[in-house]
Amino acid sequence: MNIPLVVLLKEVRENLRDKRTLINALLTGPLIGPLMFVMIMNVVISRQLDQAEAPLELPVIGASNAPNLLEALRQQGFAPQPPVADPIAAVRSRDAAAVLRIPADFASSWQKGDPAQVEVYYDSSRRDLLQPVNRLKTMLERYSRVNGAMRLVARGLSPALASPVVVGERDQSTPQSRAGALFSILPYFFVLTVFIGGMYLAIDLTPGERERQSLEPLFANPVPRFKLLLGKIGAICVFSVSSLLICVTAFTVAGHFIPTARLGMDLALGPAFALEVLVLMLPLVLLLAALQTLVAAFSRSYREAQTYLGILMLVPALPSVLLSVMPVKTAAWMYAVPLLGQQVGITELLMGGAVTAAQLATCLLCGFGVAALMLAVTARVYGSERLAISA
Amino acid sequence: MIQVENLHKAFGEIRAVEGVSFSARDGEITGLLGPNGAGKTTTLRMLYTLMRPDAGRVLVDGIDAAVDPLAVRRRLGVLPDARGLYKRLSARENIDYFARLQGVPAAESTRRREALIEVLEMRDFADRRAEGYSQGQRVKTAIARALIHDPRNVLLDEPTNGLDVMATRRMRSFLRDLRAEGRCVLFSSHIMQEVAQLCDRIVIIARGRVVADESPQALRLQTGEVNLEEAFVKIIGSGEGLAA
Repeated sequence: MNIPLVVLLKEVRENLRDKRTLINALLTGPLIGPLMFVMIMNVVISRQLDQAEAPLELPVIGASNAPNLLEALRQQGFAPQPPVADPIAAVRSRDAAAVLRIPADFASSWQKGDPAQVEVYYDSSRRDLLQPVNRLKTMLERYSRVNGAMRLVARGLSPALASPVVVGERDQSTPQSRAGALFSILPYFFVLTVFIGGMYLAIDLTPGERERQSLEPLFANPVPRFKLLLGKIGAICVFSVSSLLICVTAFTVAGHFIPTARLGMDLALGPAFALEVLVLMLPLVLLLAALQTLVAAFSRSYREAQTYLGILMLVPALPSVLLSVMPVKTAAWMYAVPLLGQQVGITELLMGGAVTAAQLATCLLCGFGVAALMLAVTARVYGSERLAISA
Repeated sequence: MIQVENLHKAFGEIRAVEGVSFSARDGEITGLLGPNGAGKTTTLRMLYTLMRPDAGRVLVDGIDAAVDPLAVRRRLGVLPDARGLYKRLSARENIDYFARLQGVPAAESTRRREALIEVLEMRDFADRRAEGYSQGQRVKTAIARALIHDPRNVLLDEPTNGLDVMATRRMRSFLRDLRAEGRCVLFSSHIMQEVAQLCDRIVIIARGRVVADESPQALRLQTGEVNLEEAFVKIIGSGEGLAA
């Protein structure tokens, strides 16, 4: 019987009997991402929607100075609240997102035809509170524009005179691309799942075996060590691929629980998406299995391996974080870089685009190339004398 | 048949083995005797090719371990110092795993496994997971999996370590059975009585060197001591004297 297969089957069988590995690889690992995702997205989306649809409730100081203005704002969905004593303090302490103050001389300026001033107190560093501020400003501007136009008409002039340039906005985003921008963190969840799915096995199969003193007897068998290594890496891949499958499936289901339609967005989380993600991720499965085994083989103990792999787990987050902080144009070379290739590829798929055959080939070729290299390095370390010695 | 010629092995500054030579013949039990840290385990590790010697040669049934380590390992049954089992597998499954790695055909492997379970009196726990095995049960399982491929040569590193009196006695009789089957049995120990009772030949190692290689009788004659333990102390003492 084929030696790597013998090792693979034994490792899979043994680890299927370990509750902790099973729970981590097949339950928490793959499901934590989709669950967190659904929860966060629901909170974010309903908050945005609530803010956009709910009446705009802000304190108004000196409301009696401009009853007509207030009435016009009310018609636009503004609900004036009782005045506050100190508008600056109210904004600083986040008691109010903004405070509208109408000075006592508003009416007299208005009568004279001078610009009548109203004041909006807000704090632009509170980014989460900017939406109500902007809504208020838009309402005020609209009131100003309408009244300006009426004044021109009253003097027999065309309101068009006052707006020599008109901006026509042509937004090219599609419902899918708007969703994709929001979900650019998603590829990291897939990578993380693969990582967690294989991690416990990678630790168990080398430092774990050494610590339990079974590596030395294993190496006394008439089998080249690289074949043992291949079997072990195969077993890690079996677990990480299962984990990925569960995760992708869960996301397909989770897509239905995210109210993207209410935002005018569309998430392409169908079976075709799932399949393409799987194919894109395959080189990463092998690469991570080899990398985890390599790091684990260098560790002197089980705990040390856990620490190192915990740190290593943060590395796959880099492309996701970088791309979300400073979005760059996707270039062809990105597909050649493992992790980055998966990131841009999956993001492209999410946004309703397609990954071309050439891009897919680049991603797979380079990914498997780097994985093979990593495997060769790991095999070298596996051949070393000190690897087997337990004490 | 195991022949060891002038083995050397150093770990950095520490010279663990410095010129060990001996042979272990078929149908004999050869004991590797020495105090803790004398280089017994390192010597055995070079025999089953876990370590490469810095100098010297290992021949198993005439095969050079440096040239064809896989063929050498195929001819050896090894109970290493580290004898961990797979705790989530039963004794039978542990043995089967090694049988497959050794390439033993399924039918033969089953037959041999059951025979070993019988001889080593493992029937009571053979299907239980290794998780809660006693020290004796662990050693038995480790021996069974080491012998599943019917090796001509058997290496055991301190096989009675941690065993109680009854288990030690059974282990000794098992080693005699292996000798009766015509196998070459080589085991290491730091316990004088054990070596004296069992061995046809005693190789004493101290400070990485062979300081005596004799039959128990010859050893007594050579040192003029009736008591082997006194002989042992005398030899190691004089060995250290020589080294200084």
